[in-house]
Amino acid sequence: MRQEWESQIAEMRKGSVRGLARLITRVENRDTGWLDAMQIIYPMTGKACVIGITGSPGAGKSTLTDRLTRELSDQGFKIGIIAVDPSSPFSGGALLGDRLRMKEVSTIDDVFIRSMATRGALGGLNLAARDVVKIMDAFGKDIILIETVGVGQDEVEVVKAADMVLVVCVPGMGDGIQAIKAGIMEVADIFVVNKADKDGADQAVADIHAMLDLSADEASVKIPVVKTIASTGEGVTDLVRMMLQNFEAGRIRTSWQKERIKEEILSLLEKEVARHLRNRWDQNGNLDQAIKQVTARKQDPYSVVQEMISLMHLQ
Amino acid sequence: MNTEKKIRVLVAKPGLDGHERGARVIAYGLRDLGFEVIYTGLRQTPEEIVSAAIQEDVNVVGLSILSGAHLTLTRKIIEKLREQNANDILVIVGGIIPDKDVPELNKMGVMGVFTSGTSIKDVGAFIKSNLS
Repeated sequence: MRQEWESQIAEMRKGSVRGLARLITRVENRDTGWLDAMQIIYPMTGKACVIGITGSPGAGKSTLTDRLTRELSDQGFKIGIIAVDPSSPFSGGALLGDRLRMKEVSTIDDVFIRSMATRGALGGLNLAARDVVKIMDAFGKDIILIETVGVGQDEVEVVKAADMVLVVCVPGMGDGIQAIKAGIMEVADIFVVNKADKDGADQAVADIHAMLDLSADEASVKIPVVKTIASTGEGVTDLVRMMLQNFEAGRIRTSWQKERIKEEILSLLEKEVARHLRNRWDQNGNLDQAIKQVTARKQDPYSVVQEMISLMHLQ
Repeated sequence: MNTEKKIRVLVAKPGLDGHERGARVIAYGLRDLGFEVIYTGLRQTPEEIVSAAIQEDVNVVGLSILSGAHLTLTRKIIEKLREQNANDILVIVGGIIPDKDVPELNKMGVMGVFTSGTSIKDVGAFIKSNLS
């Protein structure tokens, strides 16, 4: 098993796009041995800059990602893109349409785009997104852009995966404050007011500045607010310059690093334990049994959980 | 919800006709059947389609063609998939395809041809039975 993973990783490291794509699939599917595979990959990572792009649905995240990619790739960077769209909680299916707005960059040789469905994860990302970032990093991408699901107000998972976060807003969404409530507000390293040719763009910029002034203490660095029109590319050059300046100035989330690592370990552990238990349940049929019992009101969900935990000798 | 092992399908429209309805209906329908569908929009070149199929590591490529150029376009796409050693990807074709062309498409390696009137459930079932 390990050997199979090793040869796949070696293929990817040699620059095989197909190898990269297949590795991503297997890790996303949590194929047997994926934790071992990630252990091999981890030491190969740490070089890429990871940029999160988040914002409300329809704000123009995909179009902006397309433009940013063109600009960055012109400057010689190798780009990886993870574009996340929601899975239906009912059918489990998903329509992944971000590529539709990334036509022009989709054929550039050094650009790799991967669409991912949320597969039940909350917070605007896919559970494996962080692992996929590492695989792309190990492949040799310089910059990895993660475009989240269109988020509402507190879906800020992306901050745990990215070194820098762009929050994309559009003019005319309520009083402008609507789009930047607590949570979203704090994750932004750069605010982008997209569709800046629409009425109210300057108002939106002013609203964001006002919010930032209120929440900032004297010492904190000023968060820039940039106007763009992603459909024509206007303002994107400035935005890229600002992003690169931020990186050079070391204004990336190093202060969060400890938090991020802690959070990554805990969430991996949580997910793996839960998966392990579910697999066991699926095999022995106890979950179905428990569901029947609870449905018939012969048992309650709390004791089901407690029984399972005591089986693990945790208590 | 079991999150693992989803069937990924690329729905693509090669060539120059702008009739997108069929492709969209298929994309939405397959999504509702639990597939992860990647939709790339109109007027895609064979190169773009193959590159998307490889990067997205799809199990299935579904081509929607109403322009009459189905033989040329499909042949190109299948050749390019072969060049990339990706002939394990299931290729299906839908749209306006005259009956007489179906054997030739099959000979190229197209596993299924679905013309108008096909129910999406049948397409879904076809994909599932041909992948397992």
